[in-house]
Amino acid sequence: MSEIRTLIVDDSSVMRKIVERALRQAGLDPLVVHEAGSGTEGLDVLKEQTVDIILSDINMPSMDGIEFLRQLRAQKLAPGVPVVMITTESSEEHVKQAIQAGAQGYIRKPFTPEQVKERVLPLVRAA
Amino acid sequence: MLFNGVRYSAIPAYGSNGDATKENCMAQSLRDSVHLVSDPANLDSSVKEVFHLMLGTECEKSNTQHLQPKESVTAVVGFGGALSGACVFRSSSHTACKIANHLTGLEVEEVDDTVKDAIGEICNMLAGAWKGKVPELAASCGLSVPAVITGRDYNIHVQAPEFRLFHSYFFDGAPFDVTIICDGIR
Repeated sequence: MSEIRTLIVDDSSVMRKIVERALRQAGLDPLVVHEAGSGTEGLDVLKEQTVDIILSDINMPSMDGIEFLRQLRAQKLAPGVPVVMITTESSEEHVKQAIQAGAQGYIRKPFTPEQVKERVLPLVRAA
Repeated sequence: MLFNGVRYSAIPAYGSNGDATKENCMAQSLRDSVHLVSDPANLDSSVKEVFHLMLGTECEKSNTQHLQPKESVTAVVGFGGALSGACVFRSSSHTACKIANHLTGLEVEEVDDTVKDAIGEICNMLAGAWKGKVPELAASCGLSVPAVITGRDYNIHVQAPEFRLFHSYFFDGAPFDVTIICDGIR
């Protein structure tokens, strides 16, 4: 598998590391990881970098994950790049909101590396 | 009227407005599920789920309340919407470091930003897992970003909560407490 470029957006640096570890455990290797602590930072990264997949938290201060997704589409950044939301919010309403904003996948925290593999690997392969 | 220690008032009549009707239906549904919302077993299974999946360890419920440590770490995640209140995680600095070490794979010995971040995330996941146990609650209740407090000789006080679940646990011999405080169900 060729190099997989990933953007992880989460206000928690610990959670960004956990997601990165889960991606490696899921077999995404070699992996290049770009990190962002908010939706705003995520948009800035995407103005400079090309990525293959984006994983984003929803509940973040300054710009949340849903607004990040909307801005991503509005600014035509990372066209065609799949976005997976990783969040503690698990209601149907939240999932619907994320899908409407353009997310292709949804992982509920707490999660196992297997769940990350199931949701992320097919999207990376399809992209 | 009290049910499982939870106070709830008369169910409001449905309005003609669509949004108001939907909100009333949700509120009625949450009141109907109040016995699930205040079920202590939901808190225990949420704690076990988070520790099992994210730390790869099991934790045991303790029947005795731990002595409050001098130096402690407390994380608070607020609930808003149909239910208002908070999920509060509290432990000694030692337990907090131990949890952070398991979560990150690092060797942290003092409470630093990584430990505070880790404890905030644990509390966030506990709050999310707990509210996810009751579908009506998951759909109508939002979570705040975590706030973390460190130091000594402090207490968190909520005036006259609707209900309060306070449970103590052990994780690899290290004690911690989790409290769910509900100060209102709309």
